[in-house]
Amino acid sequence: MNAPLRRVGVVLMVLFGLLFANLNWIQAYKADEYRNSDYNGRVQVAEYERRRGNIEAGGTAFATSRPTDGTLKYLRSYPEGEKYAHVLGYKPVNLGDTGIERVENDFLAGTSDQLIVNRVKDMFTGGESGGGNVLLTISKQAQNTAFTQLRDNQVGATKGAAIAIDPRTGAVQALVSMPSFDPSPLASHNTNEASAAYNKLEKDPDGPLKNRALSETLPPGSTFKVVVAAAALENGVGKNTPIAAGSSYTPPTSGSPIRNAATSICPEPQVTLIEALTESCNTGFAQLGVKLGADKVKEKARQFGFEQDDLTVGHLGEDGLSVAASRTGTMQNADGGDDPAALAQSSIGQRDVRMTPLEGAMMAGSIANSGSQMRPYLVRQLLGPDRTTSYYTAKPRELRQPVSGQVASDLREMMVSVVDNGTGKKAKINGYTVGGKTGTAQSAPGRPDHGWFIGFALDKNGTPVSAVCVELEEAGSGGSAEAARIAGRIMQAAIADPGGR
Amino acid sequence: MTAAATPAASPATTGEQPGVRLARSRRNAELSLLLLAMALVAAYGATVEANMLDTVTSDFWMPAAALGIVFIGLHLVIRFLAPFADPALLPAVALLNGLGVGFLRRLDLADAAPAERETLAIFAGIGGRQLAWTLASVILAAGLLALMRDHRSLSRYAYTLGLAGIVLVMIPAVLPRRFSEINGAKLWIRVGGFSIQPGEFAKLALLAFFAYYLVRKREVLSLASRRFLGIDFPRGRDLGPVVVVWLISLMVLVFEKDLGTSLLYFGMFVVTLYIATERVSWLLIGLVLFFGGAYLAYVLGESVGGPFANFYLRAQIWLDPFADPLKDGYQLVQGLLALGTGGLFGAGPGAGQPDLLPEVQNDFIFAGIGEEVGLFGLSALLVVYLLIVERGLRAALAVRDSFGKLLAGGLAFTLGLQVFVIVGGISKLIPLTGQTTPFLSAGGSSLMANWLLIAVLLRVSDGARKPVVGGGRAAARPAGGRPEQLHGALTEVIKP
Repeated sequence: MNAPLRRVGVVLMVLFGLLFANLNWIQAYKADEYRNSDYNGRVQVAEYERRRGNIEAGGTAFATSRPTDGTLKYLRSYPEGEKYAHVLGYKPVNLGDTGIERVENDFLAGTSDQLIVNRVKDMFTGGESGGGNVLLTISKQAQNTAFTQLRDNQVGATKGAAIAIDPRTGAVQALVSMPSFDPSPLASHNTNEASAAYNKLEKDPDGPLKNRALSETLPPGSTFKVVVAAAALENGVGKNTPIAAGSSYTPPTSGSPIRNAATSICPEPQVTLIEALTESCNTGFAQLGVKLGADKVKEKARQFGFEQDDLTVGHLGEDGLSVAASRTGTMQNADGGDDPAALAQSSIGQRDVRMTPLEGAMMAGSIANSGSQMRPYLVRQLLGPDRTTSYYTAKPRELRQPVSGQVASDLREMMVSVVDNGTGKKAKINGYTVGGKTGTAQSAPGRPDHGWFIGFALDKNGTPVSAVCVELEEAGSGGSAEAARIAGRIMQAAIADPGGR
Repeated sequence: MTAAATPAASPATTGEQPGVRLARSRRNAELSLLLLAMALVAAYGATVEANMLDTVTSDFWMPAAALGIVFIGLHLVIRFLAPFADPALLPAVALLNGLGVGFLRRLDLADAAPAERETLAIFAGIGGRQLAWTLASVILAAGLLALMRDHRSLSRYAYTLGLAGIVLVMIPAVLPRRFSEINGAKLWIRVGGFSIQPGEFAKLALLAFFAYYLVRKREVLSLASRRFLGIDFPRGRDLGPVVVVWLISLMVLVFEKDLGTSLLYFGMFVVTLYIATERVSWLLIGLVLFFGGAYLAYVLGESVGGPFANFYLRAQIWLDPFADPLKDGYQLVQGLLALGTGGLFGAGPGAGQPDLLPEVQNDFIFAGIGEEVGLFGLSALLVVYLLIVERGLRAALAVRDSFGKLLAGGLAFTLGLQVFVIVGGISKLIPLTGQTTPFLSAGGSSLMANWLLIAVLLRVSDGARKPVVGGGRAAARPAGGRPEQLHGALTEVIKP
């Protein structure tokens, strides 16, 4: 009986060998796949073992974690609720994360390669030093003003957005999208509650989860005239050069005439370029656009940042909140020649022209900053868990040069005229030079118009301190004036508290 | 050391005794290995506390010490009652059992409120219960060693044990579902809050019967009648017993919905049959019957459903666990993810998240441990199992009587097969079945039955390594009449 016993021994060795080989397959070869599987909750729980860092602005934490008694050791909360929702995003247990919470997830969670020294130190000291902290560029006052002014707007708009940037650096001073939402319930450890809260927001017809400041586009209306004006200035038209105007203009090959917002606006056959912008003369800019041609208008828009579909706002040089591309749409016929009707309408920011509020602020900012457009960003500094070691400090970078210093200077003068003498009077700030451009854009037939304002503020020395864009969706009559008023208040707050501290 | 000193003088020279050159008791080696094993268990406990509590409490050693006292007690019993037993068996099993208790205690720590963790009593929770069960099991094993002074005495009760085995297997199948079903498998007897798994004990009883029966019938069964493809096949009329056991195991499969137990019984029988007859044909017949039966059950499960549906579902999950990762495949998927997350080195004892794994204290304990100790730790555990199994087979090789050979060989193989079935199941090597992981899983029945199995192996190995004192006297002494006749017992006259 010994021979079969020995063979049984061999068979068992083989069976154990199979187990061993199979464990190698699972724990070595497939390990990474299994570790990163969507169904693997372990990595997530491990993420909650360490205290996640704060997201702060102006010395106040707007996203913070506190210890709990549960399996997940820390609960994420957002003390300011709706106010910072579209900047911070949220970090839920079971859903996808968004905003700065997503962009800086590794650093906040403490798993970033930059923090490896801390993790090694933890191993020896037995401590748990937590994740790093993210410091934002946001100005608390500007953000607060933008949020409350937008919410309490005097034209009853329920949707809209406001964004303010520092024209010299691109640092975002305020970013608000209306309606907003409270991110805290989404971070609940009760995943059923979190999912329910998410589904409710997701189904809301007003789309509170949308970031209207960055990722939604609307027809920009007359604010687009700034682009056409810039193209004209570069093509031999001076700011005091008379251009064709009139109470009505019917582009060739098109039946429908373009009229002005009121009969009092530029009824005379010719006005100067500066007058046309100040009064927001539709007939003047439609004819100017047709005269310049689609290529020049589109090219100028592109130079201002239209058509860019890979811009992100967050950490310079790294990931950020994605920004939708602003579009000029088609202004040409099928044969490639200009379509005067389309071109005329596009020149006053209608037809297929679409713009994000960020693009509006960047345009105003580059004009205020002598033609240099800075890349916008939200993350000012990454501070280690110990709050003393800095792992990153933003170094502002120029994104592009849409216009020369001379053209920028002319445009600045023209836009200041808009606020001093024209449609943007409500944006005025005492002691500062404010320039801008209003816009009223037709939305869907039968729906109220959108109100826009893009603008900037210069101090006594002519240094730009803030550039802003306010958009009130379907605001109706008086929308652009209200947008100008809100923009002025936001810039005033940003001047008092420039942020980035 | 008196026990070791005297017999060492008389060399063992029996024919069927390979590998045993000097009859030394090696009890001191056993004791030192045992202390080493307990030191490992204590170190495991300390690591768990360091990871889970961020500190090592001053009484981290208490579970290891409690286990150590119990095992040293058994060691003393062996020293007096089975002085020549294999010295590696007890420490190896003690290590597994100790790590099992340590891991279950680790699960308790995770469940406890943070404030109570540092003061968790050693008999609290499932870890504490396992500790108590270990105590009871070891006392039972010591009792068996004391009662059964010679393994051959078991053969006297062979038919009683066989009948008891069949009854134990059948009870859960005939009991109403609410008394016998846990997680879809009808393997239990549940009374009040108490549940036992009779199949675990049936395994031992049936094996003792098989061994006895096969020693009696080996001549008949090894008789070849036909030669086909170079292999001798038995006569048709001699197939009876194997068909009966096959039917029983299929019934287990169908009515108790448990492929693992069924595979275990059948494998156990076929292998003892093979060892007894030395005929490869029995293995082939067994494999064909088993896989044929399993395939039939799969096909029937697909087309008819009913009692076969459970098996069909399990096979489907095995083929593609990620097809339904949140419901049917959840457990297997989570097991694989736990193993994968552990990777080569594991998260460290106490640093994983076994609470995400359903049934981690039972079927999936190997995956739960695997997440924390990694491939290297699991390989070490597999080696410890293999060590126990191979030491059991060694005892079978060395023991002088056929009954002992079959008994020890069968038990060692069964233990190895059970480890293969459950570890293979949770690692998607074979379809998952509800088996316990010997000595690791929480549960009194399994622990007790496996400790009894070890007691039998210890007894057989003692018999194997014991020096023969003056001819047949040693063999004749403890058991008396019948067992010793067994080897030359009447066998059926073969009529050609």
